[in-house]
Amino acid sequence: MAAGNTYTPIATTTFVSAQASYTFSSIPSTYTDLVLVSNLISPSSGSLYIRVNSDTATNYSRTNLYGNGTTVTSDRASSETLSYVYPGAIGASPTTLITTFNNYSNATTNKTWITRANDTTLDVSAVVALWRSTAAINTILFAINTGTMGIGTTFTLYGITAA
Amino acid sequence: MAGIQLGLIGSYSASLGAYDSIATSVAGVGGTTSVTFSSIPSTYTHLQIRAYGIVAAGVTNLAVQFNGDTASNYWWHQLYGSGGGTGSNNSGASSPFMYMPTFATQPGGMVLDILDYTNTNKYKTMRGIGGSDANGSGQLSLSSGMWNSTAAITSITLYGSTFSQYSSFALYGIKG
Repeated sequence: MAAGNTYTPIATTTFVSAQASYTFSSIPSTYTDLVLVSNLISPSSGSLYIRVNSDTATNYSRTNLYGNGTTVTSDRASSETLSYVYPGAIGASPTTLITTFNNYSNATTNKTWITRANDTTLDVSAVVALWRSTAAINTILFAINTGTMGIGTTFTLYGITAA
Repeated sequence: MAGIQLGLIGSYSASLGAYDSIATSVAGVGGTTSVTFSSIPSTYTHLQIRAYGIVAAGVTNLAVQFNGDTASNYWWHQLYGSGGGTGSNNSGASSPFMYMPTFATQPGGMVLDILDYTNTNKYKTMRGIGGSDANGSGQLSLSSGMWNSTAAITSITLYGSTFSQYSSFALYGIKG
């Protein structure tokens, strides 16, 4: 049965000063999927990562696919303490990432998310991540591991509800 | 392990929002080998399927079939990365196939867009991103596909091997 408009903005922010991270906390569990839209302006040359529920244990892993105009590469990392959504060092151009968290609020199975990222001067990439926890995701930290993300950087979190 | 059939006749109320949930299937105990969304309303411009899959062992992928068409009317291309390598493959006039790799016991995700699904003047196209990581193995793919038919899409069947309990498949309608 159709359930009406189900793509709902939960929270959004625009940086008025450079910051190294941003956290969405107290994410309601009333949705089925989450979509995080990130648009970074003049970022420092660092790597971008997500950490959920403040979990700093080695519960994250990922498989990457990216192309830079010359080569296509895939690699992976296991048992990390965070989840890189752009493992390389981003350039100074605007960088856009869209991350989808499918079934984030169930408390029975492990969680996965997929990120599509574009660094307009370097490459295009996709990353699938695993978080080995059955906990519902209630906090998402988005951060850069070196430097800061600049003024005008935006993050918007949406919730999608399945019928 | 039977497939799941989701008929929408008599249960759809029109004119909702810009992005509506049409129907969802969640695999119960024993899992499911297929999910069918039938009687899809024609009131949207695009469709999106968001899937979360788990398999008991090994690796499986997800195939897509429209309107029950089992003929060789489907084309697809794929770009994938498996951690240590990359590749691209395709098939012409084959059985329908879009990749959502899921690995043993770890969930995989997929988002599949089906464009202009009611337009009877052109063939139907779709694109998807799907992947799964299992802490030491994994695969991610970007896929595109075409159904060589001008018919409006009224039903979609998703099938693979056996998707375990808690696997979910949700169909959404997007207004133009």
